[in-house]
Amino acid sequence: MAARRYRPSVTKPDSPAPPAPVTAADGHRDRPSRRETLVRIGSTAGVLAAVSALGRAAWDKGGSALAAESRVRQVRDFRVADGAQAHDAFADLAIARGGALDVPTLATDLVGRAIDALGGMKRFISRGDIVAVKPNIGWDRLPVHAANTNPDVVGAVIEQAFNAGAKKVIVADGSCNDPDRCYQRSGIWRKAYALGAEVILPAEHRFRTMRMNGEILDEWPIFAALIDVDKVINVPVAKHHNLARFTCGMKNWYGIVGGRRNRLHQAIDVSIADLATFVRPSLVVIDAIRVLVRNGPQGGNIDDTRVMNTIVASTDQVAADAFACTLIGQHRDNLGYLKVAHERRVGTMFWENLRVKEA
Amino acid sequence: MPTTTSSAPSGRKRPGSGLPARPVIRRLVWLRRLSQAAFFSLFLYLLVQTAFRGGFAAKSDAAVRLPLPVEGFLLADPFVGAITLLSTHTVYRGLLWGVAILALTLVAGRVFCGWICPFGSLHHFFAWILPSPKGRGSQRVDANRTHSYRRAKYYLLYAFLLTAAFGSAIGGAFDPICVAVRSIGLGVIPGLQYATHRGLGAIGEQAPRVVQVATDRTQGWLARSLWLSHQSYFHETWLIVLLLAAVLFANRFIPRFWCRVLCPLGALLGACSRFGLLGMQKDHAKCTDCNLCLAHCQGADSPQGGVKWHQDECHMCLNCEAACPEDVIKFGLLPSRRSTVTEPDTVRRTALAAAGAGALFVPAARVADSLDVNYNARLVRPPGAVEEREFLERCIRCGECMKVCPNNALHPAMFEAGLEGIWTPILIARIGYCEHSCVLCGQVCPTGAIQKITEKQKLGVGEPPIKIGTAFYDQGRCLPWAMQIPCIVCEEFCPTSPKAIWVEDVTATVRDSKAGAAGAPPAMKEVRLQRPRVDPVLCIGCGACEKVCPVQDQPAVYITSVGETRSKTNVILLENARDKG
Repeated sequence: MAARRYRPSVTKPDSPAPPAPVTAADGHRDRPSRRETLVRIGSTAGVLAAVSALGRAAWDKGGSALAAESRVRQVRDFRVADGAQAHDAFADLAIARGGALDVPTLATDLVGRAIDALGGMKRFISRGDIVAVKPNIGWDRLPVHAANTNPDVVGAVIEQAFNAGAKKVIVADGSCNDPDRCYQRSGIWRKAYALGAEVILPAEHRFRTMRMNGEILDEWPIFAALIDVDKVINVPVAKHHNLARFTCGMKNWYGIVGGRRNRLHQAIDVSIADLATFVRPSLVVIDAIRVLVRNGPQGGNIDDTRVMNTIVASTDQVAADAFACTLIGQHRDNLGYLKVAHERRVGTMFWENLRVKEA
Repeated sequence: MPTTTSSAPSGRKRPGSGLPARPVIRRLVWLRRLSQAAFFSLFLYLLVQTAFRGGFAAKSDAAVRLPLPVEGFLLADPFVGAITLLSTHTVYRGLLWGVAILALTLVAGRVFCGWICPFGSLHHFFAWILPSPKGRGSQRVDANRTHSYRRAKYYLLYAFLLTAAFGSAIGGAFDPICVAVRSIGLGVIPGLQYATHRGLGAIGEQAPRVVQVATDRTQGWLARSLWLSHQSYFHETWLIVLLLAAVLFANRFIPRFWCRVLCPLGALLGACSRFGLLGMQKDHAKCTDCNLCLAHCQGADSPQGGVKWHQDECHMCLNCEAACPEDVIKFGLLPSRRSTVTEPDTVRRTALAAAGAGALFVPAARVADSLDVNYNARLVRPPGAVEEREFLERCIRCGECMKVCPNNALHPAMFEAGLEGIWTPILIARIGYCEHSCVLCGQVCPTGAIQKITEKQKLGVGEPPIKIGTAFYDQGRCLPWAMQIPCIVCEEFCPTSPKAIWVEDVTATVRDSKAGAAGAPPAMKEVRLQRPRVDPVLCIGCGACEKVCPVQDQPAVYITSVGETRSKTNVILLENARDKG
């Protein structure tokens, strides 16, 4: 509106003459050329068409873009499908006990005996496999506190996997405390690196949101490095747990879940069973060299641990936990997650019904 | 960071008489650029290394420490040394290195500003890259003349020194190294991490497998070298970044605005440079007023002929002599001081007023109710922090402790500790808890605001452990207390042994969520629960319980500062009860 206000016209003496006003008389200067007209109308139409096309392509008509796509229960099954003859020859649950050796030698010996009783590592690992070894590296505790898997047990499993022909062994866990500290102070980083395994920290980009469609665990971020592999060996530590009473192999799968997993404790039994339903490991090797019998799962006091010098290996993760709980005087009937998993036929909690072998 | 200094051998003809600069000067100018680049890189390297990254080399029982003196630039910072000397009457440990920079200044002037200071080099770079074409010619020359606004930094210095003498090290907030560590460490690097994580993540999700592997590898490498495996967040860090952006952008109008106008360290070194043995003398008769020296001047110290040189403003960058085509400017040992102003020509009345204002700041800030009365319950200081009054005498707000904290637990305070406590470290347990065996914040603290405690002291081996607060339950929000739902994640994470959080087994009645058959009221059923409680004798206030509490928005268990070891007044328990722990 300011332009319409009256302003006396002042012509500076040295300014050039203003251009002649365009009048209707010379109309060819007033209107754009035919070519220009077509170009201008064309470009307007082009942009309009592009915007419409983009809008149509990205149109979320029902507002349903955020809704779920699949409702199929996902399972990552790494179990070895070998014939009945293998089953007859080998044990399903092997227990190796020992003592009077230093821990590294003892671990190698017991892990070797237990896995041999199941038919040897070659039964589970094929040449060229990429193998994930999943220890418990949950806490910033030293090996002597028995809150994490003993590094020598992890080392013995890695060695066996390599000897059986594994191309690559990945060691990883989603720690509760600062992962750098847990990995280093558990002694597992040093041990695994020395044996040539690839140690992967639970960095945020390693997690991928997956639909498990469990009873209570639906969509959660999953530590992809641990399941984007050919075989998975679960190497938990047996220990007391104040809420779940005793935890071992099945609870070890908490380590593949990212996000705010503190909610899981509201239904700890079902969430453990959901995870064990989602991941079926090729093999479970339980570390019970030193067992935290009180103040679990974190411990921190050597007085709360007891030396048991035991390794349990099994193809059945439910049976493995059901047996291992007896080490600290627990019983399967007290462990709700065993019952849930048993009823879902993830495994059997009646371990006595399997072929059990004292190796 | 080259400003366009045409040296003789280049094809371009030098204007005027075209006399080439002395070879030694031409070499020194390049040496200066190298030095700036090297120190800036070193600074960034040390900043990136201000983080604990575990490794395969260390044994499991090896103490976790950083291998490098990552706080080195702060230790050698004489302004930090000066204000903490005034506030505590001591020079803390490595701060004695500040004498080295002071000695350098006493001999050679503000060489630190022109050759070493990483924040100065950053401004040098931005003053070169930012100005519009209009800001290059005569406008640039005008901007580089000695203006009176440069005195502001001296007044700030005097104010901060007096504030320090009255018991507050808040001047550290303006120290260039502190600003650089704080803004880059707590703002720029986490911002880059966020952008990279989102960017590469988005690419990786859509792209084919090969690209996905590549983005994963890149992210893995970055997480192991530049940052950590989790994203860092810092409380209200927008203000810190905004201020950095503002002083960098100011270079568009006034080159090296920060160095010339605000920097208290530069002012301190300027005040000391009067004793400098190295300096400049000019042959005014030869000057043709071509202003080439001014076009390249960093310190705005009047290198041109016809006026006196301001020794206290000169960064000793040697650009002026390298640019001078007439042989007017000569740097050398013990130059004539006939046309030199050696000391800051501040206005005495303004200087006294500034110093007075600095002194008055302390009582003014403290009668505001944040220290002696109405102490903020959420003002949880890092483990090993000294008593609050002494803490304010020492904390220079550099942000080293926040950068190194492995759990992202330490954050710059906004006004939680009053205006005086701005950017001092507070622990926000909801974002991260204090890692039980970690003592890294004390290791990197350059002034002893957080003491260099050992793991044994912190965990309390043979002595009481160091407490930073106490946990409390909000029973109206706690799942087992209020909703009869099992939980006790807090108890699981409680790191003390025996645990400070203990549980009581109870049988409680809970109403079914579904209505009964045929419109009957919902059934009641019995559940077995473990209800958590805190033992205030054992609780160290680490905040692990608060961090992991599943009640997401406002946790059912939280820590406050009461019971902290460092305070004799911020207590709950009687002495005897405390000693029991």
